[in-house]
Amino acid sequence: MANANVKPLEVVFWLATLLPFVLTPNYLSLASQIAITALFALSLDLILGYAGIVSLGHAAFFGAGAYTAGLIAKHYWSEPLTGLLIASIASGLLGYALSHIIVRFRHLALIMLTLGLGLLVHEAANSASALTGGADGLQGFRVPAVLGFRFDLYGTTAYAYALAVLFLCFLVSRRIIHSPFGLALRGIRENATRMPAIGAPSRAHLRKVYTIAAAMAGIAGALLTHTTSTVSLETLSFGRSADVLVILILGGAGRLYGGILGAIIYLVARDQFSGINPQYWYFWIGLLLVAVVMFLPNGILGGLAKFSRPRS
Amino acid sequence: MVAQDVELDLPQGVRHALIGPNGAGKTTLINLMTGMLAPDAGQILLGGEDITGLKPEARVRRGLARTFQINTLFPQLTALESVALAVLERDGHARNWWRGLTRFGTEVDEAASILRSLNLQRGLHRLTRELAYGEQRLLEIALALATRPRVLLLDEPAAGVPKEESAELFAAIAGLSSALTVLFIEHDMDVVFRFASRIHVMVGGRILVQGTPDDIARDPRVREVYLGRAHRVPA
Repeated sequence: MANANVKPLEVVFWLATLLPFVLTPNYLSLASQIAITALFALSLDLILGYAGIVSLGHAAFFGAGAYTAGLIAKHYWSEPLTGLLIASIASGLLGYALSHIIVRFRHLALIMLTLGLGLLVHEAANSASALTGGADGLQGFRVPAVLGFRFDLYGTTAYAYALAVLFLCFLVSRRIIHSPFGLALRGIRENATRMPAIGAPSRAHLRKVYTIAAAMAGIAGALLTHTTSTVSLETLSFGRSADVLVILILGGAGRLYGGILGAIIYLVARDQFSGINPQYWYFWIGLLLVAVVMFLPNGILGGLAKFSRPRS
Repeated sequence: MVAQDVELDLPQGVRHALIGPNGAGKTTLINLMTGMLAPDAGQILLGGEDITGLKPEARVRRGLARTFQINTLFPQLTALESVALAVLERDGHARNWWRGLTRFGTEVDEAASILRSLNLQRGLHRLTRELAYGEQRLLEIALALATRPRVLLLDEPAAGVPKEESAELFAAIAGLSSALTVLFIEHDMDVVFRFASRIHVMVGGRILVQGTPDDIARDPRVREVYLGRAHRVPA
C-alpha cells in the first residue's frame, strides 16, 4: 500500500515555502503567482497524473473561477473567502457539466475535445463583454483585505493568502490520493479496460475527480483575481492551459509535488530569462522541456525519485 | 468472430470447460456474457435474473466475474493494491475520498488472504509489472475472486504458462469454493478432461455439443473437429 505518512522532506518543503517572506521580500508577488500556478497545476495533476485524463482546456475552470470571483467583487461584496467558495462551486459545476462529455473519450479525441471546450469557453467570455469586459477584461473593483489583512504593495498578504489556500488544497489532494477513491483513480489510469471487470463504475469516478479538479482550478483562478484585482481573458486562454500542462510534465505528473515544483521552476525561469531577453525566454523553456522529456520522462521529481532509489 | 444460436446452461458449482478451435467464438461468448460486447439478440440470465441490458460493472456486482486471455492488469499498482481495489469496489468503499486507505484494514487483509490462497504471498508488495508471468496469470484470477463471484469465467487462464506450472494453476482453480460456478476456456485436453465435469465444444460460433467428459470423448463430431475436417473457421 502507498505510504500515506508525512515524510520529513515534506515538512522541510512546506517550511521552506515561508522563506520568501524573509529571504526575498521583493519577490513576494512572484511567489504568490507561483503558489497560484502551483495550485492550478495540482488540480490538473488530480485528473492527468492520477486518473490519466489529458486536458488542453483546463484554463476553462481557472478562468471560470477568476471571473466568478471578479463579478462577485465588482457587483456584490469584496470579502474574498466567500468569493473563493462561490468561485469553486461555479467552476465545479462547470466541470461536472463538461465531465459527462469528457469521460466518454480517451487519448487523441480527449485532447481535441478539451481543447475545443476550452476555446468555446474562452470565446463565450469574449463575446459576453457586457458581463466580462471582453478583451479589456474585468476591472474597476478592488479586494482590499482578507480576514482583516490588507493587500499591500509588496504582496506579503497576497503570498500568505495564496500559500495558505494552496496548502489547504494540497492537504485535500493528499487525502484524496491516499484514499480508496485515489486508488480507484490510479486503477483507471493503469488499465481502464480492467476496471469494469472488477465492478468499478469508472465513469462515475472520473466525473467526480473532474469536478473536484475543476473546483480546485477555480479556486486558483479566484486567488489570482483577489490578489491582482483584475480579470483578463488570458485566464481562459489556450496558452494558460498549455503552460500548466508543461509545468506539470516538467515537475512530474502523478506525484502531487510535481506541479508545485514545476510552477517554481517555470515561473522563476520565466522571470529570470525574460529579464535577460524579454522576447526569447520561451526558447529556454522549450529547451528545458525537451531535455526533461528526453532524459527524465517522469518529470524532474520522477527523475529524482529514480536517482535516490536506484533499482537493480 | 461471431457467436450465434448459443444456448449455454451453467449449473451452479460445476466446473465447465469451453473448448473449440481458434476463432470458434469462445472469447466472444465470454465478452457477450460479461457485457463487453452487446448481443444483437438473445438473453443472458444470471441465477434467473435477466442481465442482458446491464453494464459490465453491474454484472460483476451481481456475481459474474471474468479473467482475460491476455493479461489485463494494473502494471504500476502492487498486487495487494490491485486486489484491495477490487475488494473496495465490491464493498462500495472506492467512492470514499476522505478516509485514508489505512482505515480499510479489513478489506486489505481480505485482499492479502486472496493472494495467499493463490500462493502469491511473496508478490504482495511488488508492482504488478515486476511479477513473473505465471504470477501475473494468478493475479488475473485473484482480481476476479476479489469481486466474490457466483460465476467465474476464465479465458485461457494458463495461456503462455509452461505445462508444469499450468497444472499448478489448475490445481488452484480446482481448489476454489465448490459453490462457485467456473467456466474455463482451455486448449490443453489433458487439463480439460482432468478438471472439467462438463465440457462445451464450440465451432464456428455455435455450440456443437456439450456433455460430460465421457460423452465428449466418445462423440464422433468432436473427433472430427479435432482431427481438422470440420475446422473450416479461420484461425
